[in-house]
Amino acid sequence: MTTQQQIDEEIARYADRLQPGGHPPRDYPPYRSSILRHPKQPLAMLQDPEAVELWGPVFGSGDVTELDADLTLQHSGEPIGERITVSGRVTDRTGRPIRGQLVEIWQANAAGRYVHRREQHPAPLDPNFTGAGRALTDENGAYRFTTIKPGPYPWGNHVNAWRPAHIHFSLFGTAFTQRLVTQMYFPGDPLFAFDPIFQSVADPAAQRRLIAAYEHERSVSEFSLGYRFDIVLDGPSATGFEDEENR
Amino acid sequence: MSDQKLDPTPAQTVGPFFGYALPFPGGPDVAPAGHPDAITVHGYVYDGEGRPIPDAVLDFWQAAPDGSRAGAPGSLRVDTSSGALLGRDGVRFTGYGRVPTDGDGHWALRTLAPAPEAPYISVCVFARGLLHHLFTRIYLPGSADDALLASLAPERRATLRATQDGAAYRFDIRIQGSESEGAQETVFLDFV
Repeated sequence: MTTQQQIDEEIARYADRLQPGGHPPRDYPPYRSSILRHPKQPLAMLQDPEAVELWGPVFGSGDVTELDADLTLQHSGEPIGERITVSGRVTDRTGRPIRGQLVEIWQANAAGRYVHRREQHPAPLDPNFTGAGRALTDENGAYRFTTIKPGPYPWGNHVNAWRPAHIHFSLFGTAFTQRLVTQMYFPGDPLFAFDPIFQSVADPAAQRRLIAAYEHERSVSEFSLGYRFDIVLDGPSATGFEDEENR
Repeated sequence: MSDQKLDPTPAQTVGPFFGYALPFPGGPDVAPAGHPDAITVHGYVYDGEGRPIPDAVLDFWQAAPDGSRAGAPGSLRVDTSSGALLGRDGVRFTGYGRVPTDGDGHWALRTLAPAPEAPYISVCVFARGLLHHLFTRIYLPGSADDALLASLAPERRATLRATQDGAAYRFDIRIQGSESEGAQETVFLDFV
């Protein structure tokens, strides 16, 4: 079976495979599961101001309540772990706020265990923590979750493979083209260098855009530690086209 | 574009453990309940060896039958007493659906045929092993070729056409073509 050293060498070999916007290449062999799950043909480029994808799904106050953003309130007791808040703004690439849109997160518990049958490594489930939450962005594109800091966990990519602690994010923009699923990491994680999923984003500046910032003023005295994670959505939108026409 | 462009947040894989977070009740049922014109589109998601992918999740988005691209809220609907998701109310057409593949790599969507002026259902594919999502489109049989379809070679164009399958339509997604099986890779899109 593949060793960490072999993976390290492959990560170094693919470090120049940079993609526009800093996105990971879909063909990234150090992440073994990508080998048979990436297209070999180039994408078809589409430029059509009427494309349905320039608009997108909408959500409303009946879909999400404020309580859905607190992952520590979903059971009868308090979850184990370091209580944190993750807050930030969602914008498009011109800096315009994404208003009233759905943000979904999911994560492992403080011991690094997911509530999933296929995840069976010897770490405890927490009866007071599921690890899924939702929020709608406000008028400024801002969102805020209360949760616990997830733990790192082992996986089967190679011998002694460990994922750095992360929270999965799913986002919608004003256009379906701006759809994004990503992972938020924590500053200073010692596992970054060893993780092919994190390293699939090879540009150091792009890597930094995946890492939340600890911000002391976002911490709440004797309650929670505050992290900021701002998100910039890629892709054209109908509102973007309108702005260009009006300029 | 005179605006200064911010650098985007890079994508990362959806991973294998989204099942308790992303799927929602009624996610595949975009058509209003009991609607006489509801259609079913279904298929498999395959990898480069032709094996079905059991840990993919598909997002669907389309224009309403009247051509509106505005969408409507109400796909998720939260139960305000328990916090559980109820799913859509069976009346409003939101234009949005979400379907995880099952253990056999199969998915099924019940919706209304898209408007003739935008005759396709847009699909966003997420899966374990896929580091950056992929967009494709489902065109139902019988719609005219639009500019995208006309720009593709016939064997590539065919990957975007659902086929009649009894009372339903069949649309398979091959994330990677398989030369040994002669399987054509689905056309995926990039928007500029």
